[in-house]
Amino acid sequence: MLNQKNFFIFFILVVIVGGLYALSNRDDSGSTTRSEGLNIDSWQSEKGAKVLYVFAPELPMVDVRIVFDAGSARDNGKPGLASMMNLLLDHGAGKWNTNQIEERFDSVGAQFATSALRDMAVVSLRSLTDEAWLEKALDTTAAILQKPKFVAEELERERKRVLVGLKNQKESAGALASIAFYKALYGDHPYATPTSGDEDSVKKISLDDITAFYKKYYVAKNATVVIVGAVDKSQAKTIVAQLVDGLASGEKAPALPDVQSINKAETIKQDHPSKQTNIMVGQEGKIRGDEDYFALYVGNHILGGSGFGSRIVEEIRENRGLAYSSYSYFSPMRKKGPFVMGLQTKNEQAEEALKVLFETVNKFIEDGPTEEELISSKKNITGGFPLRIDSNRDITEYVAMIGFYDLPLDYLTSFNDNVEEVSVDQIKDAFERRVHPDKMVIVMVGGEAKTGQTEESKNNSDSDKK
Amino acid sequence: MRLYQTVLFSGLISGCLLGTSVLVQANSNVHEYELSNGLKLLVKEDHRAPVVVSQVWYKVGGSSEYNGITGVSHVLEHMMFKGTKKIKPGDFSKIIKENGGRDNAFTGKDYTAYFQLLEKSRLEVSFEMEADRMRNLILPEKEFTKEIEVVKEERRMRTDDKPRSLTYEQFNSAAYVNNPYKNPIIGWMNDLDNMNVADLRQWYEMWYTPNNATVVVAGDVNADEVYELAKKHFGPIARHKVATLKPRKERKQLGPRRIVVRAPAQVPYLLMGYKVPVLRTVEQDWEPYALEVLAGVLSGSGSSRLPKILVREKQIVVNADVGYNMHAKYDEIFLFDATPAQGKTVEQAEQAILEQIALIKKEKVSVAELDRIKAQVIASDVYEKDSVFYQAMILGTLETVGLNWTVADEYLQRIKLVTAEQVQQVAQKYLIDDQLTVAVLEPQSMASKMPRQSNPNSNRH
Repeated sequence: MLNQKNFFIFFILVVIVGGLYALSNRDDSGSTTRSEGLNIDSWQSEKGAKVLYVFAPELPMVDVRIVFDAGSARDNGKPGLASMMNLLLDHGAGKWNTNQIEERFDSVGAQFATSALRDMAVVSLRSLTDEAWLEKALDTTAAILQKPKFVAEELERERKRVLVGLKNQKESAGALASIAFYKALYGDHPYATPTSGDEDSVKKISLDDITAFYKKYYVAKNATVVIVGAVDKSQAKTIVAQLVDGLASGEKAPALPDVQSINKAETIKQDHPSKQTNIMVGQEGKIRGDEDYFALYVGNHILGGSGFGSRIVEEIRENRGLAYSSYSYFSPMRKKGPFVMGLQTKNEQAEEALKVLFETVNKFIEDGPTEEELISSKKNITGGFPLRIDSNRDITEYVAMIGFYDLPLDYLTSFNDNVEEVSVDQIKDAFERRVHPDKMVIVMVGGEAKTGQTEESKNNSDSDKK
Repeated sequence: MRLYQTVLFSGLISGCLLGTSVLVQANSNVHEYELSNGLKLLVKEDHRAPVVVSQVWYKVGGSSEYNGITGVSHVLEHMMFKGTKKIKPGDFSKIIKENGGRDNAFTGKDYTAYFQLLEKSRLEVSFEMEADRMRNLILPEKEFTKEIEVVKEERRMRTDDKPRSLTYEQFNSAAYVNNPYKNPIIGWMNDLDNMNVADLRQWYEMWYTPNNATVVVAGDVNADEVYELAKKHFGPIARHKVATLKPRKERKQLGPRRIVVRAPAQVPYLLMGYKVPVLRTVEQDWEPYALEVLAGVLSGSGSSRLPKILVREKQIVVNADVGYNMHAKYDEIFLFDATPAQGKTVEQAEQAILEQIALIKKEKVSVAELDRIKAQVIASDVYEKDSVFYQAMILGTLETVGLNWTVADEYLQRIKLVTAEQVQQVAQKYLIDDQLTVAVLEPQSMASKMPRQSNPNSNRH
């Protein structure tokens, strides 16, 4: 009965004409404001958390998001640890057990969630601002953040659930392709392993690992707190104090290692009993705050980042009917996140589609975009600004990103100007320097993968059977 | 409660199920108009942000179809982007993009809808092009030939390569016999293989006319100005005769049905569902609301019974959900889906769910449970206003399935009025063995049927 859920469900129930467009939006950013400029107020909490606050009085609700630099990049040889710890956070805290925590949130219609990505571990709360209801939701969240119990039985149960989830994941060629892609691209870098871990690693996670991880990373100096909603600044300060002043001050997580560029092409093929082959092609991409950020962003918008009209979608789908979903994206992260091009197509035409994909990207790098394409993309990006921040949910997400990655507070308001400044030559130059189709990881997972029995494919299919 | 947990109990249903009402909530400030050609216009003013969403809903979808042409509504939806006398194939989306907008479309069981999200001053761009493609679609053969392949790829992606989706598809075709809900929205592959442009042209002529459409606009607009704009662009389109459908009321089920789906998979999966009425088909109109509350008692948030008892306490399943859509056109399924825990079987999962159903029938749900659901509905009522798109969705869905949009305004109040006795009564009346359909996914080996090819050039086809 929660509307967000219903909203997603809706998209599952119906069939949509466009491809997986959302994928291409990862790189998006918004700008301006509701009307006159998004006003982000920022300060440090008493214990050293970074706070960002936006006053949004229109609806009687508030979104709170706490982001820790505690994603799976911090797993440190124990893949799945960050995710498991994050998952267990609300399974018993303070004087409440799991059932009581769930009841407390549900009884006031609050929506509480946790999640872990590669860079970030996220704790989020949405609540009405009704005083009693908000207080109950905040009390509960505070206990979860500050006094998680990490009970052995809860770990064992959730571990089993995660293991079933990991097993289930193997039904999906797309999920397998993604795992293989990150593994090949990132090698020894902490981004290499899947956020949820694998079956072996998840089995090994201990309660001590969980507790130690929490103590090290869920600390004030490693936290970014975002508040968006109908609370004034003094209320926002009270909320921050309530949620994170009870955390240890701690230390900010150390810098992650740089990502090594891949220096040769590598093709990985995995057999899968699917009708389609899932193709992912790519290399290391860019960081948040990258010097080429906007040239690559606008360039990718033209290449394959904006659905219909972008080159990959035109070549793969519109001109040839090869796939429903085809795309390219940069996923900017703390260290270089991936640049990915991908699609799914029936096994028989996988090689053909791959060829078209490469032809398209090669031509784009060689010739750059046309002036018309650039003008058209700029119109789309700048003209669509208001849409990107038309909800508190969007604003919360963007502001959390700005805070977590230490981007300037005017990042959104200056976004349009930065886009307008990009020229055809800059895009061409940035793509030539940064994107190398002859040194990419190519992953193909599907039926009849005509594998040459490479070392890689053996390794992957072996790990597949674990 | 967990809106985005990383680990994936995939899916289809766990998503589609919590489906209790796509349509929660109140919608004051809705302005309703009707053009002389029968086109309905609903405008919801929301001045929070300088944006507008425009949606055109047609009363046609999967449930309008019949054997041999399943999927035609959805294929036509794709072809609606392939050009009119004025707009070249593909240009619709490009023009919207140039205007800073986003556009897309979706096909459901009971509707086909097209939408654009734009900065508020660009609404006219949407109206002009939507009015154009309401009657002037070309349907070029050349475009169709490519696009039908795209749709087949879509089917492979969404259904054929997803064991759980496949199970759901088979479930529906077992649960329904003569009602069109038995067919997948995307269509059977065999029907897609045999579809042609003439089928689409006929479908377009049958359904795409102003008197079968509802335009919904939400955002930072003035309702009367939108009305004027609608008259200008949609007004000149002549009214046409709309096709009529035979009722195809599902025949009464006379006993439980069970099917097994064998497909390459890793994890077993259970779907079980009971035929239940919806707002549009019911005699006692409190019943769908009671079913909605029942769904909320059982699942949908962390403290509801299935996650609490079956997942956390008994550890029989790793997830279990319930879905019910009270705003469908025809009788729906009150659907349970579950994934057994390690070492547990689908039979045990089914038994555990049946026990929970028996308990609901035997003992009234508690005041605390009812209060909790009411609190969640009160909160959702506010949260959903954070999205203009969602607000427009609600209005469009209600109007298109043949309910009035004012039903949304009543929702909160009607949920509040549901009593523990009523929840018990609908469980006793509808969650009965005779109305049950069960589908079980029995995982088969994932190993390829063909041996690994060592010759990189070999290709079976």
